[in-house]
Amino acid sequence: MNHTFTFTIDGVEVRGRPGQTIMQAADEAGIYIPRLCAHKELVPHGSCRVCTVFVNGRPQSACTQPAAPGIIVENETEALLAIRRSLIDMLFVEGNHFCPFCEKSGNCELQALAYRFGITAPQHPYLFPKRDLDASHPDIFIDRNRCILCGRCVRASRDLDGKNVFQFVGRGPGKRIAVNAKAALADTDAARTDRAVSACPVGAILRKRVGYAIPIGQRMYDAAPIGSDIEAVRADPHQ
Amino acid sequence: MNKKLNAVIQGICAKVGKDRTRMVDVVRETQAALGCVSSEAMDLIARETGTHRVEVESVVTFYAFLSSTPKGKVVIRLCNDVVDRMQGMKRVAEAFEKALGIGFGQTTPDGAITLEYAPCIGMSDQAPAALVNDVVVTGLSSDSAREIVAALREHGDPSRLVRQLGDGNNAHPLVHAMVRNNLRACGPVIFAALEPGAALKSALAMTPQEVIRDVKTARLRGRGGAGFPTGMKWEFTRQAPGARRFVLCNADEGEPGTFKDRVILTECPDLLFEGMTVAGYAIGADTGIMYLRGEYAYLAPFLEDVLARRRAQNLLGAAILGKQGFNFDIRIQLGAGAYICGEETALISSCEGLRGDPKNRPPFPAQKGYLGFPTAVNNVETFCCAARILARGAGWFAEMGSKGSPGTKLLSVAGDCRSPGVYEVPFGISLAEFLAMAGAEDAAAVQVGGPSGQMVGPKDFGRTICYDDLATGGSVIVLGRGRDVLGVALEFLEFFVDESCGYCTPCRVGNVLLKERLQAILAGRGEPADLEYLQKLGETVKTASRCGLGQTSPNPVLTTLKNFRSEYEKRVAPRGDGLQPSFDLSAAVADAQIIAGRASVHAAR
Amino acid sequence: MAKPKVATTSLAGCFGCHMSFLDIDDRILKLIELVDFDKSPVDDIKKFTGRCLVGLIEGGCCNEENVRVLQDFRAHCDILISVGECAIAGGIPAMRNAIPLEECLRESYLKGPTIYNPTKTIPNDEEIPLLLDRVYPAHEVVKIDYFLPGCPPSADTIWEALTALLNGKPLDLPYPLIKYD
Repeated sequence: MNHTFTFTIDGVEVRGRPGQTIMQAADEAGIYIPRLCAHKELVPHGSCRVCTVFVNGRPQSACTQPAAPGIIVENETEALLAIRRSLIDMLFVEGNHFCPFCEKSGNCELQALAYRFGITAPQHPYLFPKRDLDASHPDIFIDRNRCILCGRCVRASRDLDGKNVFQFVGRGPGKRIAVNAKAALADTDAARTDRAVSACPVGAILRKRVGYAIPIGQRMYDAAPIGSDIEAVRADPHQ
Repeated sequence: MNKKLNAVIQGICAKVGKDRTRMVDVVRETQAALGCVSSEAMDLIARETGTHRVEVESVVTFYAFLSSTPKGKVVIRLCNDVVDRMQGMKRVAEAFEKALGIGFGQTTPDGAITLEYAPCIGMSDQAPAALVNDVVVTGLSSDSAREIVAALREHGDPSRLVRQLGDGNNAHPLVHAMVRNNLRACGPVIFAALEPGAALKSALAMTPQEVIRDVKTARLRGRGGAGFPTGMKWEFTRQAPGARRFVLCNADEGEPGTFKDRVILTECPDLLFEGMTVAGYAIGADTGIMYLRGEYAYLAPFLEDVLARRRAQNLLGAAILGKQGFNFDIRIQLGAGAYICGEETALISSCEGLRGDPKNRPPFPAQKGYLGFPTAVNNVETFCCAARILARGAGWFAEMGSKGSPGTKLLSVAGDCRSPGVYEVPFGISLAEFLAMAGAEDAAAVQVGGPSGQMVGPKDFGRTICYDDLATGGSVIVLGRGRDVLGVALEFLEFFVDESCGYCTPCRVGNVLLKERLQAILAGRGEPADLEYLQKLGETVKTASRCGLGQTSPNPVLTTLKNFRSEYEKRVAPRGDGLQPSFDLSAAVADAQIIAGRASVHAAR
Repeated sequence: MAKPKVATTSLAGCFGCHMSFLDIDDRILKLIELVDFDKSPVDDIKKFTGRCLVGLIEGGCCNEENVRVLQDFRAHCDILISVGECAIAGGIPAMRNAIPLEECLRESYLKGPTIYNPTKTIPNDEEIPLLLDRVYPAHEVVKIDYFLPGCPPSADTIWEALTALLNGKPLDLPYPLIKYD
């Protein structure tokens, strides 16, 4: 089973195993490939496209593309950084992300990616869509203004919670997250301990009454950029 | 009421064995029976098929022909494709609105008639056209729009709108359509006579591997546009491990300006089904599914009849033509209004009863396709070519066309030309030669390959139609002098925005941003820097999108930026005042002026 | 040589960014050695007296007067900086952007649960600038050269940016200074 092989990411030789995606192999090698819809415990989705890399010159999402012997992967090139920045900007302008009062601020993966990319303002015009909130559930709320349609809640609810509380409805720009009930989240079997809640990378699905608990300065991404934990593997010569 | 609903839903679900992978059939039938798939109906369907309600909702809200709120007993879907707009759709639209007293997206107060727009319904050569439920009405004028409304008010029966039958099998009682074939040039591959069974006989005399070898020798490539070698696809599918294998036919031609498959389905369904059966033999499949776009539902009874006849002739079914162990049958899966389902993995999703979201690749359909089994998905025309290759020989086929693109290609041409319709031409024909055939010598611009293809000008008319130069799935839209190519590009972008599945970021958001910026430019609110913005954004969407739709959706912008740059340049003036030309103060205060009843102090400056 | 001039304004904002600016504390003494203030609430100069090197914009545009002031800033300043969430993204005022203007006014003056408005009128005077259909981030109205995110941007961020620009250095904020809250 231990038939490892090698390939390169930005010229660095990386070890891979059969069945691994490029992202998994990169993580183990301490090379961070930015991502939003990918989550370690969930099946890959390939929707945010922030992890787009070039594999032998062709664009692929690193979270779905299998690692393979000898492939040449480009990750942190100028062209790819520009594409990823554009995608992050798209996610900001597509929704209504009011960071100043969002409970997720400081722990939000979208925001953290924007910080990592040094984004001070999006390059695209804001779309200011009309989106709704669902505060019907006693312990959880959904704020669709902040949803980036990554589908992590869909997969977590289905595969980790065994519930199918969430699913996408509509299509195109009208696509949105719906709940498995006629009216609202309160009518589903969602619970505050659901992994679907903690899987949300942004502030779209949150537990009630626990907002702003961590002081500014101590939140996940206040001091070190997202991905630092993965990069630390590489920085540590003993690993 | 509830009991009645329950009974209807139970009946519909029972027809497909309560199989939730047949969800598209279930919700289609529910829509047809009840005028919508209501919230209550979703609950019942979920219960009957053993799935979750939100999964049903997910499917219902994906397809344009389905609705969770009631629609009229009759739904008029006026095609608002570019060609229809060029040919007077707007007047027809106004006539419908006036006669019905409602706007688009609305239903008459008596619940009788709903008026909607639909993207290309495959009738560009007889535009403006509309679907009235499943009935196609073509060559519309404001007069005929009024007549249609009056007739529907009188009897409410769309089938009675067909007064004059079209040519060929359009006049067949099971088709009963006013659609015309407009078949202008018949070639030896598609539009030649075929004795049913001829290709199959020659295939069954060989081993499946030999059949694949023949298709490879003929160098047949997929006719949908991407041009993947068909023999190789079949070989991969045959070799992939799996308990079952499937043949899927992509009859979801939705690329605006494409209607050649419609003519194949009408005039040579035997050739198509024979090709599918040959493929079944070659790859070792027992089931074929033809995914027929919902817009062509009027052809379904006729096609079912052809399938029944072929079963009776032992060209389908068990031990076909006496070949023991070769069992193969074909079912028709109707779509429900979603261009994206022409993408092969989205088509598979739809066949599986899901939203028409494309799937991640790998695995490719040849490895894991329909229900996880190895699946060969090919275009209608490709199957026809395969059948002909078996009937006439690989060498015969490979000699036609050009070096990298053997055989013939069906082109459907519409727009500003004297002879719109379908042409079977050898690959390698120059665009100029083809335009001469179609009576479009003085075209100012030609959209080759539909919105996802390229917009080219006269300097490119010497280029050839083939995989290595001007590749096309079959759509050729001619724009004469005086047409606004950027206006057309904008309409194409609107189409992609409407038809994006919304799965991935670049396609879902990027196309909206492209559209808005182009709109601003066309409204005289652009600046030179916008061209670079469009170029970069277009490239990002092209590079980062997950499937073929997003990877080609910026083409209307990117190819006009390349081939019609002066059209942009004349609309964007440099300015040095530091203001954003896109900001329109007059428009921004318009509402407030009305509410406050006074004029802006600053807007007029 | 005359000192370069700085102008500031608060459009559809809460003056929080100006407060944060004042939070540079004693560094303000250093700043006034480097610059003069032109039009700004800080010195209460209402009209531009001349050309400025830097203009700091707090808030987006919610009414026609905001637009005029912003355009005036663009005309008088070499470098225009959007300061804070509202200037960059519309901020809290932009929460109304998905709601039609008439509904906003009715909710604010007539229907809202805490409204006391016995005359049942929506204020409408010549002196009240007309509201825009939505709140526009500053860079959607005029060209903006730099952005300092935050709600508000920290005093350090503002200081860092000003000193860099006044010294002719590129403005490149370090990771800890880019914050949206």
